[in-house]
Formats: sequence, structure tokens, C-alpha cells
Amino acid sequence: MSNPICGWTGKVLHIDLTTGELTTQYPARAIYEKYIGGKGMAGYYLRPHASLKWNDPNLPLLIFTGPLNGTIAPTSGRSTIMSRSPLTGTICDTSVGGKLATQLKRAGLDGLVITGTSDKPCGIEISDDTIEIIETDLWGETTDVVFDRLEADGPNGMSIACIGPAAENGARISAIMVDRHHAAGRGGLGLICATKNLKYISIKGTGKVRVHDKETLKEAREEIFRLTAASPVLMGQHGFSCWGTGSIFDLMDSRRMMPTDNFKKTRFEAAGKLNAAAYKTAFEPRRHGCKGCHILCKKIAKDGRNIPEFETMSHFTALIGNTDLELVVQANDLCNRLGLDTISAGATLACYREITGKNFTPRTLIKSLYEMANGGYLGKGSLDFAESCQKPELSMSVKGLELSAYDPRGAYGMSLAYAMSTRGACHLRAYPISHEILRKPVATDRFSFSGKARIVKIAEDANAVVDSLTACKFTFLAASLEEYAKAYTAVTGVPSSAHDLLTVGERIYYNERIMNAANGFCSGDDDLPPRFFTEEGTSGGGIEIKPLNRNDFLNAKNNYYIIRGLDKDGMPTAETTERLGLTL
Amino acid sequence: MKTLCEKYARKLVKQGLTAPGDPIVGGLDAELVWNRQDQRIKELAILFDELSINSLIFSKPAEPFATIIDFLASRYPDTIRPEDTETRTFLHDIPVCREFSAQAIVANLKKRKAVIIPGNGIISYGTVTPEQGFVFYSSTIFACFVLFFSEYMKEAKTGTIDTEFQAAFDKAVSHLPAPRTDLPTLATGPHNDEEIILSAMAEAGKAVVEYGLVDSFFGNISYRLGKIIYISQTGSSLEELQGCIDPCPMDGSSTAGLTASSELTAHEDVYRRTPVDCILHGHPKFTVIMSMDCDRTDCKNRGKCHVACTECRSIEGVPIVPGEVGTGPTGLCNTLPPAVASCGTAIVHGHGLFASGVTDFNEPFKRLLETENLCRKLYFERLSRLID
Ligand SMILES: [Zn+2]
Repeated sequence: MSNPICGWTGKVLHIDLTTGELTTQYPARAIYEKYIGGKGMAGYYLRPHASLKWNDPNLPLLIFTGPLNGTIAPTSGRSTIMSRSPLTGTICDTSVGGKLATQLKRAGLDGLVITGTSDKPCGIEISDDTIEIIETDLWGETTDVVFDRLEADGPNGMSIACIGPAAENGARISAIMVDRHHAAGRGGLGLICATKNLKYISIKGTGKVRVHDKETLKEAREEIFRLTAASPVLMGQHGFSCWGTGSIFDLMDSRRMMPTDNFKKTRFEAAGKLNAAAYKTAFEPRRHGCKGCHILCKKIAKDGRNIPEFETMSHFTALIGNTDLELVVQANDLCNRLGLDTISAGATLACYREITGKNFTPRTLIKSLYEMANGGYLGKGSLDFAESCQKPELSMSVKGLELSAYDPRGAYGMSLAYAMSTRGACHLRAYPISHEILRKPVATDRFSFSGKARIVKIAEDANAVVDSLTACKFTFLAASLEEYAKAYTAVTGVPSSAHDLLTVGERIYYNERIMNAANGFCSGDDDLPPRFFTEEGTSGGGIEIKPLNRNDFLNAKNNYYIIRGLDKDGMPTAETTERLGLTL
Repeated sequence: MKTLCEKYARKLVKQGLTAPGDPIVGGLDAELVWNRQDQRIKELAILFDELSINSLIFSKPAEPFATIIDFLASRYPDTIRPEDTETRTFLHDIPVCREFSAQAIVANLKKRKAVIIPGNGIISYGTVTPEQGFVFYSSTIFACFVLFFSEYMKEAKTGTIDTEFQAAFDKAVSHLPAPRTDLPTLATGPHNDEEIILSAMAEAGKAVVEYGLVDSFFGNISYRLGKIIYISQTGSSLEELQGCIDPCPMDGSSTAGLTASSELTAHEDVYRRTPVDCILHGHPKFTVIMSMDCDRTDCKNRGKCHVACTECRSIEGVPIVPGEVGTGPTGLCNTLPPAVASCGTAIVHGHGLFASGVTDFNEPFKRLLETENLCRKLYFERLSRLID
């Protein structure tokens, strides 16, 4: 007999909504060590089905935790929700906070594999070993109502994930909301739930996660705490803990890289009045965070509404020409209740505004969001709309996923990261903003492609590990995989180092490239909208925002392919596949 | 990439950390480049295959550091544990690798960011730029220097210095540069204009590094004009402050200080408490060593002095306070400001010195240099009393 499993619970639950059948699976230990958990395990389970159409009942919706969830490891409150994106057709994993991962682990499960379609709207209710698929009358309700109703009847501390009307009505930019304040926003995963007739999942567990070496875990925890305390971005007086992610807003303004007017400009005149400090004055927010986090970067207004994250703050002002703070909070709140991804929603409105030339009033803005959620054409995202107007180049997206609030002309590593990301224009895959703007771990020249291909590749691998452990990427603005490898080993007993984990990260990421390649994605899809290569941003204050140099970009992209072990068309090679222990 | 490799090779030499011509710096994007040719490169190149890194620094330290490091590696055959707080926070400990082979080095670098190979040198890496390797390299040297002189003092007290330690100590001391007593002429204030403040800060930062009062990457510096604090950015090199200074309003109207030094809160609190105009913070080595020299071997806080010391310790009137980097519950932002406000200067246990001044940087610089020279003098005086 081998030692008892630590960190992982050793169980994955398969739920077939068509038949109502529940199957518990005990994955081999080697699979855990090969994919860790979270994004890695979800990718492993998605792989055999990754070419199914998004509305195929057999396409699984995957919810996975990692070995650190439910332990005292810092920032270990996040889980991965994954499937194939209805918006982009790529693989789509999102890291989401709240209590979801913690409760699932406590209920004795490492992950859920949900397939099939229920014949009636349903919810999945998990309470330790009791798992029920329950018919629900909550279909059609906004997410706040779902949370209210379920919380009123359910046990204390339960976690709830649910969709809103946007997903039910077919919006491809629909989100899954978790525990009221957290969104699995990007890529339209809400619609995957809706296809399965699945309105919500509630989870409550009372078990404990077994830890291999508690003393060493405590040590690693102290080391991570010390590093985060020394981090101005996280715990400093202008940092995320005090102000939320919105504290980046002023920086984006001063660096002249705030996407404005659908990325036509990079500076918004009114930005100074729409920053995190303005929200603090207007809404007197309190701190909130994921389970197991000491940073608490979420902010909740006195009246209970969520204070928008940085990306939402930016896209619902500069990108669409709005200067009304209250309207941003209203729009954010409405997106949360309807279950819309705020980044894609904002960017789609901006695309609509540029193509039609129509400015938004508070009334038309709110009306547009309702239409998105009621089956209106904007709910299909900016690329679908721009294509229908024969202007696909005005959708500011990569592979169909809208860019977030960092203009790529102001951070060249970011431009490469947007283009290479396996789920479309995502800022968090490699987050070059970390070194290009926030100076962590050290500063790099943001207007240069030199060295960026390798930096992006290593960061993608590292973040794949973070999303598999799972932990929060923000912590890595202070700590590194060195400390988290120690925590991982302490929790699981699996010997590891930062570099061993990076190899696992490389495997996880390459597996995603393989799935995308099988779905027809190639070099031509790893690209940015033409605007960034032909139009300049808003220079001034000693900063020049030039168009990206197309040749330099292509060169960096080529380097990336070499470093990632892909061929010149960005396709997986037999050699790399084998080296990473994968199959084509 | 090649330019960056060359830059940090030059910087190692310029800061007296290694001998001219010695550093080997490699950088990898799609292709591997080196700052110069060397037969050891063949072995070093293997590290790029085995580790997810993009740059590497390898060099034998200059004296007295080579002697110090080799001696410590003979005392601690596996791992050297630094005692100063910044190194403890960022490096944790430094492994010792017995042979110069890619395989052995990889095994160690998988765990830590810098490795000592006795007789050969120090090797460190970066995943973003060679600057990381440079920072780990110089931190390793700083940590070993502080540890070496602290241990010698401890053993002098217990009368346990053996001949090897004595020989290494004598050799290291013979290589110490003479203390600088000349003062730089820094721009005279008061500075009322942003441009002038930025250039005065850059000038003072350069001087602090040139006088060896800080490793370039650490330390910070600020100037207050009205309700705005101009402060060096986090992780900026004090001798290259151009474009690396953040204006931070004290009224909470902006979060543009997101990239400011991790000690912004401490600086700001000093300015709130007392009408000074500027603050300089360095890590002068003997000040750090003397801040940890305490005779109370039976103290209940022994081993956690850097956060828990409750004694009112001082060196010639300069208070020593506990506190870790940043804003945590045991952060120096809680302990430092009152001490600086009342004495003008304060030492943070095992970390460094903060000195404030009115109108311009000449005053805090003088305090910084004089405190360091005094600590160095005290160190050797105390030793000679112990050894006689
Ligand atoms: Zn310091």
C-alpha cells in the first residue's frame, strides 16, 4: 500500500445530466502529479472532447480544484472552470475566486466533470457525500435572486455558482457568477451551463484536506506573507489590498496606455476623476476576498454592489466615452446580475459605438446591456457584430475574445501575450504588465520586444502552474514558484522545485495548444487587430506611443514558436509533444 | 539581449563586486548570447536547457568577498543562512555547490536563485532579465559579508576563533577599502521645482551607491514638496533613478504610487510627523552588522530580534528599531517613523539606516556616511577590547 494521498482528495465526480448518473472516479496518482489540479486537470479531462461543438451535450463543463485549496497556503481560494468557448472556439479556462474550490475540496472532491443535458432546468446540490440533481424554478432569474433564494435555504458558508438570463438567452459573452462577487467571466462559459440546462451548483463540505507536512507548509506560508508584505502593489498604501485592482487605473493613465474610444486613443481626458480614489470617496467600499486570502483585493460598496475591477472601470469609461462613475457601478452591477462578462460587454459596446457613430447615454447604455442578455445580437460579442457590418477589423479581439484594458502599444510584451494566449486576448495568461509596468520581479523596457518571447513563454508556464495549484496570480507579483513549490511539496509530499513545476506548466500549456490546433487554430490566429500596427496612440508628457512595428512583432512571434517548441505555423510538433509526455 | 548581458557584466565590475574581465553573463531569447568568450561557457550553456531561465551570471567575486565566501562555504558545507532581514526575505538561504558541473549547479539552482561554488564563484539567474541575476549576485555578497563579520564578533566574545577563521578574517580586513571621509557636494536646497527635485534625487542616489552605502538595487530616497512626495520606484537602482521616481500625493487622491518603493508608507509617516524635506535609506554594511550585535544572550526574543526586540537599543544616540520590509503587522512602517521623527536618523535591525534632512540631501548623506564610519570604528574597537 502506498502512503495516504495528501493535498488531493483523490476523487473526481462525473455527473451526466442526461441520465442523472453519478460516477466517482479515482484518478491514478501519476495523473495528479502530471497535471497537478485546476487548469491542468481540467485540461486533461477536456482533451478527449475538445473538438466537440460548444452545444454538444457531450462537451464537458469542468470544475477543478488544486492540492493547495482548503489548506493554509496563502491565496488558495481559487478554482478553474473550463470547457470549449462558445465565443471563440478555443479551449477556455477561467480562474475564479470565492469559496467554490474550498467547499468542493471539503466535500471530498478534486473536481467535477459535468456532461449531458437535463431535460428540465436544474441545479446540482452537493453536501459532502450527498449529491442531488434538482429541478429548479430559478430559470429566468437574475443571479442576485438565485444567490438570495439559495442562501436563504442553504447551510452557512455554502458556495454557489450560477448563471443569469444572458446565458439562458444564448449570449456568447455570458459569465458564471460565483458567490455573488466573483465571476468566471471570459469566453462565455455561462452558455455551456445553459446548454446543459444547468442553472446553478451549490456546494457545502465539512471535511478537511490532509496535509503531508504541516510545519513546512507553515514555513512556506510565512515566507509568502513576508514577501507580500514587502510588495507595494499588493499591500502598499496604493496597492490592491487598500484600493482593489482599480489602483492600476492611475498608472495606465500616466503611462498613456488606457484604451480609449475602442482603442483609437490611449489617453482619456477624464481619467483623473474616475480613478480608484474617486470610487473610495463616492462608495465607501469595504474589503472582501476569496476564501483563504489575506490580500482581499475585492471591494464592495456600502450599498452592497460590487465595485468594478480595474478592467471594467476602464472599459466602461475610456473605451466607450463615459464619464459617469455611478453609471459604471450600475453597469457592472447589471452585468453581474444578468451574468455578462464585463470586459467583453464593454469592448463590444465600444465596437458598436465606433461602427455606428452613436454615443451612449445612461439610458441607451443600460438598455444595450439588457438587450445583450435578452438574445440581442451584441450578446454574440464584438467580432460577430463587426463581421456582420463587414468591418471585422474594428473588433478589438484576438481569436474572437476582446482585449482587456491594457493597450498593447504601451507594453510590447503584452502585445505578444495577447496574441499568443490560448483563449484569445487575455491579459492574465502571461501578465507582462508585471514587469513592463509594475516592475516585478524587475522592470523591463516596455517599448521593446527584446527577450519578450521567452519571458512570455516562461510566464505562461508559471501561471499555468499557479492556476493548477491553485493560487492567485496576483501573489506572484511578490512571491515566486520557489515558495509555492515548497508549499506544494509540504501539502502533497511530492518532491518538487520551481523548475520542476515549470515543466508541468509547460505540459499543461502545450496540451492547450494541441487542442486548439486540432480545432484549426494556427499562426494566422495568433495576431492582433490591424489597428495596433498602423495607428499611433496618444503621445505626450514625454511618452511616445507609436504603432507596433509589424516586423518586430512577427519576429518576436517567430521566436515564441521556437521557444515553445512549435513549428513555424504555430502547430505542435511530435518532438515537443513527446518530450512533455503528451500525445498528438 | 547582448546589450543587457554586457551592461550587467560592467555593473558587477563597476560596483567592485568582481574583477574586470571576469563576469560571464548569458542571455537567451530564441538564441543564446554571451557577453564574452570563455571555455566554461560550454558547461554553463547546459543550464539553459535544463532550467526555465532566460539569463545567467557567473563570476568569481573580488576580494575581500572571495575570501569571505569561500570561508563561509567551508564552515557551512550545504547552505549558508543569512542573518540580515532583506536577504532572508528575498533569498531565504544560499546553497553551496561543491563542483563546477552543470548537473550539480542545476540541482541547486532548481531550489534557489543563487548558488556559491567555492573557489569558483557565485552563479545566479533571471527569468525576465539579467538584472535579476545581478540582484541575487550582489545580495549574496552582501549577506555573506554581514554574516562573516557578525560571526567573527560572536566567536571573539566566546573565545572560539580558530586559526582558519583568523587567517580569513585578517585577509578580508586587509582588503577592506579605507573608510571615505570626504563628503560629496550635492545640490543645495530648498528645491521648489519638480525638475530640480528629480535631478537632486538622482544625484544623491548615485552618491550613495558610489560611496558603497547600499547595493544598487536596494535602498530608497524621497523628497517632499508641499503635499507631494517624490520617491524612488520599487526595485529601482539608486544610481539610475532617471525616469524611476514617482510623485505621490499625500491626500489620497491618486494611486499612482503603486510602483513606488515598498517603504513609501514609512517615508510618508515621517513627513507627517516632522517638518523634514528629504529621506535617504541605505544598507551600509557595518551599520547592519552593529545593529545585530547584542550581548543579551539570554533574551527571550533571541532569534527574532528583527521583529520582536523590545530593548531601547542605540548606537551613539541613533536608535535601533525592529521591523520587516513593508507594511505587514511587524513591518518597519510601524516602528521606524517615530524613531526618525525624534532623532533624525534611525537604524532598522539587520537591515539598514534611514536618515532625514531639511532642505537638501547633504545633511542625510552626511548622517548616513558618518554613522557607517562610526559603526565600523566601533566594530573594531569592540573587537580589540575582546581580544586583548
Ligand atoms: Zn532597505
